[in-house]
Amino acid sequence: MASAKEIADKAERDDIQSRWLLSTPALLIVFLAALGPLLIVVVYSFLTPGNYGDVKWQFSTNAWVSVLLERDVFDDTLSLAGAHLSIFWRSVSLSAMTTILTLIFGFPTAYFIATRPEHRRDIWLFLITIPFWTNLLIRTFAMQEVLRNDGIVNWVLQALGITDHPVQLMYTNFAVLAGMVYVFLPLMVLPLYASMEKIDFRLVEAGYDLYATRLQVLRRIIIPLVTPGIVAGSILVFIPSLGAYVTPRVLGGGTNLMIGNLIELQFGQGRNWPLGAALSIALMTIVMVALLFYVRNTTRSDGSHG
Amino acid sequence: MTAIRPAVEAKGVSRIFQGAGQDAVKALDNVSVSIRENEFFTLLGPSGCGKTTLLRLIAGFDYPTDGEILLHGQDIAPLPPFKRPVNTVFQSYALFPHMTVAENIGFGLKMLGKPKAEIAARVDAMLKLVHMQEQRNRRTSQISGGQQQRVALARALAPQPKVLLLDEPLSALDYKLRKEMQIELKRLQHETGITFIFVTHDQEEALTMSDRIAVMSSGNILQVGTPWDVYDRPAERFVADFIGETNFLTGTIESAGNGHARIVLSSGARICATAAKDFQLGSMATLMVRPEHARLVKGTGDLAGTIETIVYFGTDTHIHVRLDGGEAFIVRQQNSRCANCGFERGDKVGIQIGDDAAQLLKD
Ligand SMILES: Nc1ncnc2c1ncn2[C@@H]1O[C@H](COP(=O)(O)OP(=O)(O)O)[C@@H](O)[C@H]1O
Ligand SMILES: [Mg+2]
Repeated sequence: MASAKEIADKAERDDIQSRWLLSTPALLIVFLAALGPLLIVVVYSFLTPGNYGDVKWQFSTNAWVSVLLERDVFDDTLSLAGAHLSIFWRSVSLSAMTTILTLIFGFPTAYFIATRPEHRRDIWLFLITIPFWTNLLIRTFAMQEVLRNDGIVNWVLQALGITDHPVQLMYTNFAVLAGMVYVFLPLMVLPLYASMEKIDFRLVEAGYDLYATRLQVLRRIIIPLVTPGIVAGSILVFIPSLGAYVTPRVLGGGTNLMIGNLIELQFGQGRNWPLGAALSIALMTIVMVALLFYVRNTTRSDGSHG
Repeated sequence: MTAIRPAVEAKGVSRIFQGAGQDAVKALDNVSVSIRENEFFTLLGPSGCGKTTLLRLIAGFDYPTDGEILLHGQDIAPLPPFKRPVNTVFQSYALFPHMTVAENIGFGLKMLGKPKAEIAARVDAMLKLVHMQEQRNRRTSQISGGQQQRVALARALAPQPKVLLLDEPLSALDYKLRKEMQIELKRLQHETGITFIFVTHDQEEALTMSDRIAVMSSGNILQVGTPWDVYDRPAERFVADFIGETNFLTGTIESAGNGHARIVLSSGARICATAAKDFQLGSMATLMVRPEHARLVKGTGDLAGTIETIVYFGTDTHIHVRLDGGEAFIVRQQNSRCANCGFERGDKVGIQIGDDAAQLLKD
């Protein structure tokens, strides 16, 4: 006869078994669709570029060396690849700025929506998602219309007499930043809204009741409670910003490249697939390190969300 | 009595909520009330009668549509909630989930910019007051409902407000804990000398705890008085009905004067009742008799009827009698050593009503 403990153990084993079975399709997709291609990219980054694109099956670490370093044409010495570094730096700083700006603009927006009467919130959320209906390329060209020399911004500036000749906005870091903030704002607003909506606004009243001013209520009560949304929104904005391709291409022109453009260049005109692959892996590493750093910091400085 | 300066005074306060359609809700309708210093004052009324609305107006979370609220004689309309020397114990407690018990209690003092040492000392004192020293570093999600209630209380008391507002603070607790906390609250009010404005829909709670009670119904205050006043001398039928159990009898006024009136019931029985105001002869009127102010007798009494049900309650017995006129009437007898004291279901009995026990009500 089986004891109660044996029965319980068996039930647990069965449970674990069926859980594995149930998750098999998901695991298969993860392995085949995500890890598989990733593995190919890693392998490619250690091969030699072919003459017309593609790769030669010949082991080489050249691609990895040239991610950060460049070989002098005459004496073969290695020095830091200034062009790559400045592109990396531009990518990281523009993405960080994008994240901060979307947070600054998105926070009040999400707060506004979360404090509307319940039946009105859906309409506001719907309005926030409207940009998703149009193609990214079209939205970016629309931004170009706004920023170009005879665009709306310059027209307003001149009509107001602030300047008498058009200010060069297109093909600057500012244009890229403005474009990315515009494109990624909904990705910040939605997770912020999701965690603000869960706030019990009686806590805000309790804060006022206990002599907290508006600013203190924001800092001591609302922001700590919205932290999960801030983290999620920042991740959702920062990662695609770092890999942004269309926006810097259209608004930044040929001079304000970001990592995404650099990678594309290697697979296209550059005909250096291994370097493109190595750059992709490098980008992924930056993202992962940044994420790890960010998540650890935000969860530690506010250990309450355990 | 009138010489005492009121702690809180509402003068003709109305609050009208404009609904989604045309229908506006009059949550408070021209309410005037004066709450004395150091008083345990209770707002009692059924759910939806405007108790929370009145508290929110005093706390400053909401503003009156009309009228004014004075705090120690001063109009507080221009003060935002964080400038009013008033603290609230919320119905749902509203403890900060991202802070510990001690941080919750110290929050008000911290916002007032008190020095760290003073905050720490005061938090310690508060923790001791509500017997929560051991849980000081717990999160509010890791303590029981009763403990959360005590933290909410300590948090509101810590900044030493002039007036403490309590919105049904005990309604989420089970019976035994509620009884304990009632005594605890009464003790705290006594020790701190703070004016308590306590909201409840539980008439028993109101009677046992309050110095004075305001009975509310659909946005109005019907009566303000001591527990004895509202129980024994209810101003109108709603108050008599809401507080405790009451027998109502309707009849015609036969004679009146001198604070008394004689009423003829449909069965022909005549009852003498106290009448607070003059009633018109020949008009219909309702009188009330508390079940414990009536007594069953074997022979003839003021009323006659037949026993329908006998319900035993331990300390006393409720005897439901069907009067000869058809009305239901309940008599409450304190239990002595005999079980039913000789009364059985179906017995023809008389009911004796005590002196001044019957009272004429305005409807
Ligand atoms: N913010 C509001 N908007 C519309 N109606 C409200 C609002 N707050 C309260 N009311 C209405 O006012 C009345 C009194 O509510 P409340 O003061 O909460 O009652 P109580 O606390 O006595 O149960 C109720 O009819 C309620 O529906
Ligand atoms: Mg209420």
